[in-house]
Amino acid sequence: MKPFKFKRASSVVEAIEEIAKNPKAKFIAGGTNILDLMKEGIESPDELVDISRLPLAQIRMLPNGNLSIGALARNTETANHQIIRQKYPLLSQAILSGASQQIRNMATNGGNLMQRTRCPYFYDISMPCNKRNPGSGCAALEGLNRTHAILGWSEKCISVYPGDMAVALTALDASIKIQGKNAERIVKISDFFRLPEDNPEKDNDLNHGELITSIEIPKNNFANRSYYLKIRDRASYAFALVSVAVGIELEGGKIKDARIALGGVAHKPWRASDAEKIILGKAPSENIFRAAAEEEMKKAKPLAHNKFKVELTKRAIVRALLNALNAKQA
Amino acid sequence: MNQENLSEVGASRRKFLGRVSATTFVLLSASLITPEQATKMEEILEKSTVDSLDADLNPVTVRAKINGKEQTLRVDSRMTLLDALRERLGLTGTKKGCDHGQCGACTVILDGKRILSCLTLMAMCDGCDITTIEGLAKGEKLHPMQEAFLKYDAFQCGYCTPGQICSAVALLQEAKNGQASYVTQNIQTVTKNIKLSEEEIRERMSGNLCRCGAYPNIVKAIQEVHTEKEQSKDWNISTNQDETV
Repeated sequence: MKPFKFKRASSVVEAIEEIAKNPKAKFIAGGTNILDLMKEGIESPDELVDISRLPLAQIRMLPNGNLSIGALARNTETANHQIIRQKYPLLSQAILSGASQQIRNMATNGGNLMQRTRCPYFYDISMPCNKRNPGSGCAALEGLNRTHAILGWSEKCISVYPGDMAVALTALDASIKIQGKNAERIVKISDFFRLPEDNPEKDNDLNHGELITSIEIPKNNFANRSYYLKIRDRASYAFALVSVAVGIELEGGKIKDARIALGGVAHKPWRASDAEKIILGKAPSENIFRAAAEEEMKKAKPLAHNKFKVELTKRAIVRALLNALNAKQA
Repeated sequence: MNQENLSEVGASRRKFLGRVSATTFVLLSASLITPEQATKMEEILEKSTVDSLDADLNPVTVRAKINGKEQTLRVDSRMTLLDALRERLGLTGTKKGCDHGQCGACTVILDGKRILSCLTLMAMCDGCDITTIEGLAKGEKLHPMQEAFLKYDAFQCGYCTPGQICSAVALLQEAKNGQASYVTQNIQTVTKNIKLSEEEIRERMSGNLCRCGAYPNIVKAIQEVHTEKEQSKDWNISTNQDETV
């Protein structure tokens, strides 16, 4: 690890000012990703600003009916918060499917959104990687790309976003509240994460000197019919090959509202809008779910080693929808 | 620096091992270096005590309660909690496995929660209450989880064991508090005292890897402490009395 100055921020304003004046400074909260990246030599900030004790850990209902989740609430507290378990069990399930209890106890929600790809070529500093070293090329494109993207990738980068929480948040139409030096802004999660295009070094919309302060989820009626399905190489404690977050609302035997988001298939959590359109207004059935999955996967462009992900994703979409449908006979 | 807790035996053994390997290096490379260089290396070796390893480029002073005892340490900002425990306080029960948050060998309990000490900066532990494997027993009396690991032979090489035990101790409290896991049914309604099936224990312990594969016995040890009921054993430890040959 390269030497760095350590500073504990005593307020949000102070933390942001400290980062804004030093282009090589970074925030640290849970530390579960940044410290690993620093040990690997992928990140080398010359200053870390500890924000872990700032008062941004509240989880509460807002007067407008939205749920607000503090950026510094830990993953464990978030997944086990009574409001979230009762009204947004999809989010609890997604968080609990990720990492291990130890890591969830440490990781914050803001940091979870910011975690970087686990592409092995990104992690191997002897390899070219446009995300780590812009302009150096993508070693994964012609390399071993079994775990890589099948949707929305570019010649510059085929890596996938590794998280689970953000996949559920994408299905739940969450927004990210961001504090800058002079202004606050709110970004829809679908605009917060981005596709790699020509500049994969940028994972998301956050700029240097900005801090995620909270996540907001609008009211929904998916609490009784939602499911987070995660498929991975081992039963637990592994990143997703494919994951699916779904929520269904039924009315009079028809699907009134539906959300489907995919993890492990693209540079961002992938909202399967085309699949949603197919099932809206229809009576739920395995056939219609399969038709929806087929429609979404028309866009898939598999690489040399990950053709299996296309069929796997289709089946995972169908399974997740069936599980959500039967989650609770309300 | 604070070396109170670094026992005489631990310190001298470490220094000895360091010197042995350094001397080996000098001997092996003898033909490649000049006498002047060799003298210089000797001087460096002479200084290479634990103290001089403390680079202190960006010193941070941290006060923390470790196994019930208040400690004040001045550490470099880069030092992890794991390295501070092992290298500065001589608490080598906590193990360095992968050092990248993938194996769980470094698990300790911080403010009542199990965490990975390899991905925690000591600088961030100011004011924290930390329990390591060394802090679980009360005097000569082992923690019930330690007893159970012995009883069910829940280890082979033992390297992952301190992390497994710290993890298991925290796990039982989490289940009492009603914390859910990915395999918990009805997370909307379950609130307290979750009864742990084998599947639950395996899921909740998945952050602790054991390359010897002692998992079945680890699960049994945890199950016994959790249920306070004897678990079935399908094996016996061989003793001299049992030998028939």
